[in-house]
Amino acid sequence: MAVVSNKVGEKNWVRRLWVAFFLGPHLIGMLAFLVIPILASLVLSFAEWDLLTPARWLGLDNYTALLSDPNFWDALKHTFYFIAGYLPLVLVLGLGLALLMNQKLRGRLIFRVAFFLPVVSAWVAVALLWKWLLNPRYGLVNWLLSLVGIEGPGWIFDPNWAMPSIILASVWKDLGFVMMILLAGLQAISPEYYEAASLDGAAGWRMLRNITIPLLSPTIFFVVVISLVNSFQVFDQVYVMTAGGPAGSSQVLVGEIVNNAFRYSRFGYASAMSWVLFALIFIVTLVQLWLQRRTVHYQ
Amino acid sequence: MKTRMNFIRPFMGLVAGLMLALVMVACGDNTATPGTGTSAAATTSAATTAAGATTAAATSAASTTAAATAAVATSASGAPVTITYFTFSAAPDHLKDLDAMIKAFNAVYPNITVKVETAPYDTYFTKLQTLVASNTAPDVYELNYENFVSYASKGVLQDLTPLAAADKTFEASAFYPRAYKAFAQNGKQYGLPESFSDVVLYYNKDLFDKAGVAYPTDSWTWKDEVAAAQKLTDAKAGVWGTYQPVQFFEFYKMIAQNGGAMFDASGKPTVNSAQNVEALKFMLDKFNTYKVSPGEADLSSQPDSDTALFKDGKLAMWRSGIWNFGAIKDATFKWDIALEPGNTTKAHQFFANGIVVSSKTAQSDAAWKWTRFFTSSNDAAKIRVAASWELPALSNQSLFDDYLKQTPPPSRSIVFKALETAVTPPVIERESELQDATTKELAKAKLGQETPQQALDNLQAQVTKLLQPK
Repeated sequence: MAVVSNKVGEKNWVRRLWVAFFLGPHLIGMLAFLVIPILASLVLSFAEWDLLTPARWLGLDNYTALLSDPNFWDALKHTFYFIAGYLPLVLVLGLGLALLMNQKLRGRLIFRVAFFLPVVSAWVAVALLWKWLLNPRYGLVNWLLSLVGIEGPGWIFDPNWAMPSIILASVWKDLGFVMMILLAGLQAISPEYYEAASLDGAAGWRMLRNITIPLLSPTIFFVVVISLVNSFQVFDQVYVMTAGGPAGSSQVLVGEIVNNAFRYSRFGYASAMSWVLFALIFIVTLVQLWLQRRTVHYQ
Repeated sequence: MKTRMNFIRPFMGLVAGLMLALVMVACGDNTATPGTGTSAAATTSAATTAAGATTAAATSAASTTAAATAAVATSASGAPVTITYFTFSAAPDHLKDLDAMIKAFNAVYPNITVKVETAPYDTYFTKLQTLVASNTAPDVYELNYENFVSYASKGVLQDLTPLAAADKTFEASAFYPRAYKAFAQNGKQYGLPESFSDVVLYYNKDLFDKAGVAYPTDSWTWKDEVAAAQKLTDAKAGVWGTYQPVQFFEFYKMIAQNGGAMFDASGKPTVNSAQNVEALKFMLDKFNTYKVSPGEADLSSQPDSDTALFKDGKLAMWRSGIWNFGAIKDATFKWDIALEPGNTTKAHQFFANGIVVSSKTAQSDAAWKWTRFFTSSNDAAKIRVAASWELPALSNQSLFDDYLKQTPPPSRSIVFKALETAVTPPVIERESELQDATTKELAKAKLGQETPQQALDNLQAQVTKLLQPK
């Protein structure tokens, strides 16, 4: 590197140019398609704008209107309902599957692929599939139930069953993802821990409770954070399966945002809702970060 | 203090575009066909009065259309130009007819290329809104009446008045007069009426014969409908007596058939009037009490499932739009149409679509020529009539004679008879919210979560709120 040393300044300059050159396209894309729109939506949340006529400054009106909007509160309630049903199910089932797939089973690879397949499928396709499966009259699910003498519910046409239907489809789709991440976490746990534990006489439930879960906790934490953020933004499956119905019984926050922006041309109001959603996710994530200090063990 | 925020507009086009792209991806499955159900159409506030006008105004202007088309030919010249035309009503059933119209147009104006873009009705207005906001609006596009009102008042449409005045051969009287006026605002003509349609009672003659029930007549009331439906319903065979969806467009008509309305003459909401509650109760009783109508679960939950049910011969009576003539013309049974049964009075929905030109177009002249040709030339009108692609909003009666000669259905004249009692959908500034709120409350009542009275009381409160200045 002797040759270079007398030209340090120039070399640095060229280097920076190259860095900028390679990062440029991505940075421009990020600025144009993420940073600016996000900031714009913040500004817009204090205004009223229908896309066609100039925006009108409203101050905090959009946010105060939200407080007295029953549709917003219903959507918020339904979103929490979704999370409360979806998150525990996908975690417990995902962990169970990951443990199973971590065993030396015959055809293990085939099972892993099969469980991961829904993850890489498009939501629209999956949601349509479930819409058919869950059709109370012509669907496969109620037909199977009828074979064992159970009269299936009205699923997506019954206001009490619409959200459980969506939760069911969502768990089925995301199970493979949770399984895969947890599986990776499981395989990173050194076998030595298990050997030591078994020498101490531990087995089965104790092994799981005292070795596997604590050592898996960083991975579980990651899965919880990701799944929670995603489930706050649940939309595709709702839009396709029930479109928020019947009678608004499965309308979620993002659905309400989309309606206000694109059906009612209330972009300011929709932006305000988006920022409330962001604040919610932010707070929940902070709480999680605080909780992880007690419950997550990094070896 | 209200501050103008023009500075963010360029960015917002971007945001909207992005958000839209995401939504479009998410909703890619949504293949609901344009012209589906009552949602597919619009209205002219004029219709009620326009009703009888067809025949009256027809003869006088019959000659002008023909003369105009002939004269137009001489003015065809100039450098090649391309204009874009955006439509919801052409796809998927009438793309061939639209192509035929463009071919006829090019025979007169070989220098103008018309590029067609389509979107299903469900996503059309979302896409259009984004195109207009990002200054990439199509040169010429289709609007239904409800949406026309808001687009015209937002200043994104070209005033066609000077173009019409400059076009020596143009005669406004060639159009169905009230429909023509519907696409004007504050004395300016912002669009030309393209087509109109109404909703009638379809019935399956074979099912009526089999059940030994007399066909519907013009004097039928709701009671007759239910009585017949009860005889026609055959649960074992999966045959249903009668069907109409429970949503905004059906509701505004049904309350009109009972002497009610959503707004009084001064525009005050009268949503929860006694007539309206009674009408809603009747709509729901057909599902829940008499069980003569298929519920959500009985329909296949596919788009147009009611059309499919009728076409399969599983539905005896069906309140639906005349735009479905094409969809069921190949049905294997005999069918016909009748006036809708009313209660205290008759009422039929009336919808109209119009063609507008973007205020941002660089090709005003070509855009005008296409708009005029597409809406009012004899060539285009003949293709439209032959295809039963709704009805041209023209006053030339000979066109409708051709329309009436076609079968099925044999009683096509009902289409015009229904116009005599046409009612238009109520239009307010926050129209989509009105429609969504109505449909949602009706659904709650249908599910039994609320009584019809409670549902309409709630709706009354919501509508009152929608009318308040923002």
